[in-house]
Amino acid sequence: MDDIKLLEAVERYINGQMSPDERVHFEQLRKTNTEIDQLVVEHTYFIHQLTHHDEVRQFKAKLNDIHIDLGEQGIIESPRLKGKAKVVYLVNKFKRTALIAASIAGITTITISSLVWSLSSKAPAKDIAQLSRKIEELNRKNRELDKEIDQVKTTVSTPTTIIYKKGGTGFLLSTKGLLLTNAHVVNKASSVVVQNSAGKELAARVVYMDLARDLAILKITDSSFEAPASLPYAIRRSSGELAEPVYTLGYPRNEIVYGEGYLSAKTGYDGDTLSYQIAIAANPGNSGGPIINRNGEVVGMLSAKQTTAEGVVFATQAKYIHQALDSLKQDTAYAKTKLPAKSSLKGVDRIQQVKKITDYVYMVKVN
Amino acid sequence: MKADNETLLLRGLAKNDRKAIETIYRENYNLVQALVVKNNGTAEDAKDIFQEAMIVLFEKAKQESFTLQCQLRTYIYSICRRLWLKRLLQQNRFMIAEDSEVELAHVEEEVEEQERLNTEFSMMEKAINSLGEPCKSLLEAFYLQKRNMQDIALSFGYTNAENAKNQKYKCLVRLKKLFFSQYNSQT
Repeated sequence: MDDIKLLEAVERYINGQMSPDERVHFEQLRKTNTEIDQLVVEHTYFIHQLTHHDEVRQFKAKLNDIHIDLGEQGIIESPRLKGKAKVVYLVNKFKRTALIAASIAGITTITISSLVWSLSSKAPAKDIAQLSRKIEELNRKNRELDKEIDQVKTTVSTPTTIIYKKGGTGFLLSTKGLLLTNAHVVNKASSVVVQNSAGKELAARVVYMDLARDLAILKITDSSFEAPASLPYAIRRSSGELAEPVYTLGYPRNEIVYGEGYLSAKTGYDGDTLSYQIAIAANPGNSGGPIINRNGEVVGMLSAKQTTAEGVVFATQAKYIHQALDSLKQDTAYAKTKLPAKSSLKGVDRIQQVKKITDYVYMVKVN
Repeated sequence: MKADNETLLLRGLAKNDRKAIETIYRENYNLVQALVVKNNGTAEDAKDIFQEAMIVLFEKAKQESFTLQCQLRTYIYSICRRLWLKRLLQQNRFMIAEDSEVELAHVEEEVEEQERLNTEFSMMEKAINSLGEPCKSLLEAFYLQKRNMQDIALSFGYTNAENAKNQKYKCLVRLKKLFFSQYNSQT
């Protein structure tokens, strides 16, 4: 109890909150009692360290934030442009390792891909719901419109407005407007548009589709699409860790929604090795949303949920995003596409991360 | 005129003003990145080095006695160069492209000083991270956000201010112990 009072006195002394009389008295005490003197010195130093730590921490956060901003504005030069020296250096350094790794990788790829194909479940079972969203309201409007059209059909030519009935989420894979979503979201679509977080609609078309892995890549074709200088997140090549905390962003409604959870199993439904099981709240419309870890790396893409259990969601593993892109790259128009390899969000707090990522997550609407 | 501008920038920097920091960042980063990338480094290294130099500058700008003896650009570049040289030496590597025609400032003291500050920072970081909740938030509320005890008691769910004060004291003693135990093993 006395210790608490003493500390309080020391703090008031350091902060200059003592009355002049009290101060004189306390200084006298300091002179006669070395223990108290020691405490004053120690506490002053400690509080200085504590506030200084906080100041520097905030300053560092600001620096990181600015770095990302300037990177996006293209003011920070991308080192890839002038990285010749670096490339030479890296090649020399890792030549041997790379050769060995490549031969091992070659052998494993062949073995694993044959294994994967024999092991993975071919079609989603009945108790898995694919999370694409029927836009109910639009459906209703559609019917009303149909009625109206019927009424005016005789006098007016048919209006060309397209009503989008299904929806999901997608996120940018490259600065050139390639967007990843679920194949089940855009399957059998006659037209596709994507809508950004500001509500702007952009025309897009499907350039790649893999129904078995439930992956589709769209290309934003709209001339008003403003290509960003870089993407803040990276697409991870290795698989995520069990219990790794993750979050997702998606459009279960007309507004971007954040959800967080963790990676609960390294395989998906019924031991499916293409996907993870994730404990996260998801609704129809979340399909195609990125699953992101704390370093701002995309570890997967949300695809389906188990209808017989609550909060059980499956996500396609990120390495299949790389594979999908590799197949797309055989088309010469996309041969030079590169996935973002480095996340600029490492060490940035969650709120700032989400703020950045929001701009790269789109609502996918399908007719 | 230029010197005046730089004094203003430094004053803003000392106050942790985002605009000032951004201006300095914008005008100096690419030069540093070029230096690091040319000399065995990656863009990630460049970012680390540059941000560390910014912290050096931040610490310096806060001191009233500090005046810049050369151009801001030269100062930042010199610090980064020194920091990068040190890091390369630690990995038994060296600079390839020596830039003889670039003007350099004497920054040895600043860099030494920063090393000391960095150790202190990481000791505090470690201490705070191993402290746990609710202690961490409680101390932050009192010492950093400077909220009063009544207010803290209310939002942390303590029955009264006295109770919160006791709790805060216990937390502080723990944090001090965590911090000074590292401090003593260092020296």
